[in-house]
Amino acid sequence: MSPEEQLRVLAESTRIPPIQQRLSESAEFPLRAREVEILQINVGRLCNLSCRHCHVEAGPARSETMSGETFDLCSAVIRSHPFLTVDITGGAPEMNPHLPGFVQRVAGHAARLIVRSNLVILLEPEYRHLIELFARNRVEIVGSLPDYRSGRTDAQRGGNVFARSVEAIRMLNDAGYAADGSDLALHLVHNPVGAYLPASQAALEREYRRALQESHGARFNHLFCFSNMPVGRFLDFLLRTDNYEDYLSTLSSAYNPAAAANVMCKATVSVDWEGRLFDCDFNQVLNLPVDSAAPSHIRHFDMKRLSGRRIVTANHCYGCTAGMGSSCQGATAQSKAS
Amino acid sequence: MSDTYYEKTDLLDFPNIGEYACEQGAAFFDYYQKATAASALSEREKSLIALAVAATQHCPYCIDAYTTKCLSLGLTNDEMMEAVHVGASMAAGVILAHATQMRKIIKKKGM
Repeated sequence: MSPEEQLRVLAESTRIPPIQQRLSESAEFPLRAREVEILQINVGRLCNLSCRHCHVEAGPARSETMSGETFDLCSAVIRSHPFLTVDITGGAPEMNPHLPGFVQRVAGHAARLIVRSNLVILLEPEYRHLIELFARNRVEIVGSLPDYRSGRTDAQRGGNVFARSVEAIRMLNDAGYAADGSDLALHLVHNPVGAYLPASQAALEREYRRALQESHGARFNHLFCFSNMPVGRFLDFLLRTDNYEDYLSTLSSAYNPAAAANVMCKATVSVDWEGRLFDCDFNQVLNLPVDSAAPSHIRHFDMKRLSGRRIVTANHCYGCTAGMGSSCQGATAQSKAS
Repeated sequence: MSDTYYEKTDLLDFPNIGEYACEQGAAFFDYYQKATAASALSEREKSLIALAVAATQHCPYCIDAYTTKCLSLGLTNDEMMEAVHVGASMAAGVILAHATQMRKIIKKKGM
């Protein structure tokens, strides 16, 4: 579906009030950005996997990929704003040929440097060397693993992905990631394999840790739980399986003012593969650029004008405000569950 | 009113079951929340018990709610089905245990 069609579907849901109304009720409308703390960079939509929930609809046939020139513009921003957390995503970021050089240029200039990985790409001979490069540059790895068993992981991400992911985790462990006494962080991401919301992060983290360590000898630092956004392939899935209205109702019923108060977009600017600026990765997919009063391209990055900007919202934002909240760093509200 | 007794959207009305008896409704929800929250038993264990009870009590709302909750908690299809079998075998056992009455009467009245 085109971005316009997706937005039309999201706007036409009959069983939920518009997100702007819910935000107003909790005194969060219009959502306003704070100072930018996180520069999220989507370096392209090329990926070795074609996951069934992927909001970016990434895959091996995608050709969108960030150029060296755009990477240079991002580097300049990072070097002149050393307090930024740099959060690199894709597609599979490892498949962008400019990534190694970029990591080496910005390491040490960013407060934190994060690469979101599908893990299995690191087993490919062409990309194995990146593990050592990531470790040397203190890159935090956030790896996708939707379930701690093979059935659901493989159903979402493809045959044998679970076993290969575990193998990649063990290789990262061997390089010092999540090792005792090491500051190399490896976090995992859980997202539901279907039309339901994740349970509490703490409860699932316990199960992941028990299963991965005991059965597979694989270690990680923390588990982040994401809700699936009704965007891209997951939106297609919801519509195709007649789950769309129920899922939107579930998200709306789980609207949490505390999660809305802490949405990640308030502290983030998201750069797409062409250098255009957005409030989040989902707005990239829906072609909703930052408010017109803010600079629209990384070339014109201006902290003052981006801080306090009005965040562009549509009903997909319910995905980040439901339950304990969902952000690229996991839950945003405190859980009462132990 | 619709033409059917059970509607999927009825589940959304669950928070309103205290209507017409607010005090009792509030007391119920307080009890429900305490009884189903993680304590000596984990949330996963309690959700499997709730799923088994939902199936044995034929409650479509509860089956929907607790199947979804079990999925959210990362429980497998096999674990959920085993819980339902516990409920089913308990129900069967309860019925068969009541055959004791029948057996006693047969023995008392027979020659």
